Amino acid sequence: MSMSLTELWTILGCGLVTILSRALPFAFVKSLTIPAWLINFLSFVPITIMTALCCQSLFIANPGHLATLNVANCLAAIPATIAGVLTKSLLMVVVVGIMAMAVLRYFSIG
Amino acid sequence: MGPSLTFRAGVHDVLPTVFGYIGVGLAFGIVAHTSHLSLLVVAGLSFIVYAGSAQFIITSMLLLHDPLSAIFISTFLVNSRMILMSTSLAQYFRHESLTRNLLIGSLVTDETFALAMNKQNKTNGKLSFAWQSAANVVAYLVWGIATIVGAVLGGLITNPERFGFDFALTAMFIGLVYLQLISDRHLGLSLQLMVMLFVALVYYFMIGIMSQNFALLVATVAGCLFGMEMKKCR
Repeated sequence: MSMSLTELWTILGCGLVTILSRALPFAFVKSLTIPAWLINFLSFVPITIMTALCCQSLFIANPGHLATLNVANCLAAIPATIAGVLTKSLLMVVVVGIMAMAVLRYFSIG
Repeated sequence: MGPSLTFRAGVHDVLPTVFGYIGVGLAFGIVAHTSHLSLLVVAGLSFIVYAGSAQFIITSMLLLHDPLSAIFISTFLVNSRMILMSTSLAQYFRHESLTRNLLIGSLVTDETFALAMNKQNKTNGKLSFAWQSAANVVAYLVWGIATIVGAVLGGLITNPERFGFDFALTAMFIGLVYLQLISDRHLGLSLQLMVMLFVALVYYFMIGIMSQNFALLVATVAGCLFGMEMKKCR
């Protein structure tokens, strides 16, 4: 159990940066009137950010070249998506996804 | 997920997402252990910084002895998407006090944000302080504990990928994006599908020329602008 001074400053500094990114918008939105165009823009944030987060695990970046598919993740995403369509349950998507990935790894696929 | 907005309902609703946290939290603990971070540092990162992907980046930068300023800038860039999410989520809490707004804001994550967006589809666009706090606090505690357990187990489990746990987070986002797609009646299915395709294309082309986190931001902002234009054309 130990912590160097660099580690302490990293934790405090990064903690400050992160909490400001998170909490300041709440203070602004509370005290200012948000223009209609911004509300319109923000209405697309959920679907776009979630899609981009999914893409982050489905594509592999190759700097300087076009991205390639993360084959194992893409394959495991298929049964996970089907589970979502059939059950509309977040828990089922996660459980089926993990099981699919364990099976893929067992047979060394992807 | 039902329409109830109580603290209890929040705990119930956040539980499925906890699997994603546990998998990645354990993974982070193990990585931190192999990067020679002490349990105290792991706890500090998880409970004070509390920023999933940024914690992995901070760990690798500490290992490489990068300067503090570089670590702070990277953390800001990785977390800048939180500004978008918080601005979006804050609109549901304008009637609450400033203190309550700051309390909610200080624990918002990708996952609790996505969960809240799914939830408000079921409650006619309403969210409550009790419900959001329950989801936030459960997520926060599970994340912190999972990372510490991971760091303790670090020496024992050498290969957590074997059991597919690393896919939990991806599966969770797939589930959340699907539920968002079918339940956001405000935007509708066809418009959302077009926006998703556009975001995927932008992201695909951008990760060749910029970092993944920057590509994520560019694709998100471009997707929102594209969506606004498409909505105008309808």
